[in-house]
Amino acid sequence: MVELTQERTVDRSHMQVSDEVAIEIRNMNKWYGTFHVLRDIDLTVQRGERIVICGPSGSGKSTLIRCINRLEEHQAGDIIVDGTELSSDLKNIDKIRSEVGMCFQHFNLFPHLTILENCTLAPIWVRNTPKKEAEEIAMHFLEKVKIPEQANKYPGMLSGGQQQRVAIARSLCMKPRIMLFDEPTSALDPEMIKEVLDTMIELAEEGMTMLCVTHEMGFAQAVANRVIFMDQGQIVEQNEPTEFFNNPQSERTQLFLSQIIGH
Amino acid sequence: MSDTPVTYVRKEMLGQKAPPTSEVGPVRWVRENLFSSPMNAFLTILSLYAIYVVVSHVGPWLLNGIWDAESLTECREIIAATGDGHHSAACFGVISARWHQLVFGYYPSELYWRPILALVVFLVGISPVMFPSLPRKLYIVTLAAPLLCFWLLWGGSIWFPVSIALGFGVGVVAHKLLDENVSALAAIIGAIVLPLLFWLYLAGPIASGLDSVIPLGIEFVPSRSFGGFMLSIVIGLSAIVISLPLGILLALARRSDLFIIKTCAVVFIEVIRGIPLIVWLFTAQLLLNYFLPPGSSFDLTLRVIIMVTLFASAYIAEVIRGGLAALPKGQYEGADSLGLNYWQSMQLIILPQALKISIPGIVNTFIGLFKDTTLVVFIGLFDPLGIASAIRATTEWNGIYWELFLFIGIMFFISCFSMGRYSLYLEKKLQREHR
Repeated sequence: MVELTQERTVDRSHMQVSDEVAIEIRNMNKWYGTFHVLRDIDLTVQRGERIVICGPSGSGKSTLIRCINRLEEHQAGDIIVDGTELSSDLKNIDKIRSEVGMCFQHFNLFPHLTILENCTLAPIWVRNTPKKEAEEIAMHFLEKVKIPEQANKYPGMLSGGQQQRVAIARSLCMKPRIMLFDEPTSALDPEMIKEVLDTMIELAEEGMTMLCVTHEMGFAQAVANRVIFMDQGQIVEQNEPTEFFNNPQSERTQLFLSQIIGH
Repeated sequence: MSDTPVTYVRKEMLGQKAPPTSEVGPVRWVRENLFSSPMNAFLTILSLYAIYVVVSHVGPWLLNGIWDAESLTECREIIAATGDGHHSAACFGVISARWHQLVFGYYPSELYWRPILALVVFLVGISPVMFPSLPRKLYIVTLAAPLLCFWLLWGGSIWFPVSIALGFGVGVVAHKLLDENVSALAAIIGAIVLPLLFWLYLAGPIASGLDSVIPLGIEFVPSRSFGGFMLSIVIGLSAIVISLPLGILLALARRSDLFIIKTCAVVFIEVIRGIPLIVWLFTAQLLLNYFLPPGSSFDLTLRVIIMVTLFASAYIAEVIRGGLAALPKGQYEGADSLGLNYWQSMQLIILPQALKISIPGIVNTFIGLFKDTTLVVFIGLFDPLGIASAIRATTEWNGIYWELFLFIGIMFFISCFSMGRYSLYLEKKLQREHR
């Protein structure tokens, strides 16, 4: 685990939570075949919130955030993202996906395109941005994640940490209002975890609405304003980070925290 | 207790060194690959002897070959007159005497420029697809090439290919109108069904109507005049060019979530694959006319092209399906998460990678398809083998076979080998991992 709080101070001046609702999930249920993976999920995310979701593997935390941009389909309940309800309407789905950025555990960069092409693809084809303008936007965000010099290389030539930062830049090029992170550092070497987390902290400092599935508790303490603990497809406990780590209420949470912090 | 210290700290890092000289160079290669052990040395010498025996027999036969003879008898007389009696010689005279027939079949000799021009048009049309560095304007030729080649080869009124092209226009317009006013699915169905109806019922009358007003055309050449390598190339290249997009669509359909589309694709692929090509060719020859509207007479060569294309597209579909299945799920999710729609993600993300993986399989199918065009000899078309039989049936060349079949074999080998080389070039060019 990386102790971020000791290494840098986080500027919280822009991290204000507004009253506006970004995501509303009401009584959402999902099954894989007969297996009930998500049970009665209720969750409201305000604009500007940074939420960290943790829990043991198989607890449904990845499935939950993948439902938000419909990489997984829910079978009951409502998900409303940015005022648009997720249904089987393809146009709504594509609209929500273009507003919600996502970073994956295995980056999912497109290996046949250069870094720059990876970043300009969606703005050009989904937003109809002129190529030149899209490239300017892409270079802006590549500079932000500190790898503008890699723009003309292919993803296979970059390290894991660099690839994940490209993936973040690729999402940002669509100017998303919400960012989802699905275990962004789980496939990385310890040396590279920090560079990715730093990028995510910078994003939080600018007031981005973020939902992160992660085991980096240092990150949760530094930037999250809410930590959600899930087990067996349900939200077991949620609280603001200091309370969550120092004074966990449920027994299941206490056990989980003792295991991941104790090692 | 030894007094080796446990602590060790490296003061400076080591740089790279060149490998020892015995590890590089041709001498090492020969030693390692040809004479690495007594047994291998023995086998090397044995192999060299075997190669010598073959070359010493075949070499003179090839090199002493007689190229200017008008018949087998004449050729044998020349050999008897010049040879020392010990060496045999090939009668390549059959190739130079019947060259035109082997290449063009019975195509009228004053019109040879037409297939040659068609080949040029085809090559120009295909070049921007094969070599993306060429100017994009060439795609205009690519679009016009199929109908232009068709017209050049068969000739006839210009209005017939024009009315076929109009059918594509109908499809595009129908897709645009239905997509804006009804739904995406209706647009796809309309874009397929309306042009088909147009071609079946309207294209003919429109073409003959226009032809009676403005007669414009070149001399018509019937299919039975087609033959030789020209026939193989016409069938092979048409099938290759059409079966690739068709195969891609079939592969996507087979992986579709829509039950009916998926079932249609599965049934089509399995039925086509499950029956030998020769059966399909006989079907094309004998049965296909029953399924077409009365009055439409359909050229035999065209029917064969359609059958060979459908046959190849089933194989191509399966090869590409393998490529699609080999892509990690994350690529689909990455494309989805950016808001790309289905066709965009297929076109930009999935197919470029899946096709790259499938290149060896696709080219393999194409090579097989090109060689399979020789099967049309069984339904009475004069492909190179059919021409060869016809030549051997003449009084001049009765009794010759090695030279003809050697020539045909070499021509096929050159075509197939260059397809294989192009596939390697393409694979290397698209290599992204270690560059």
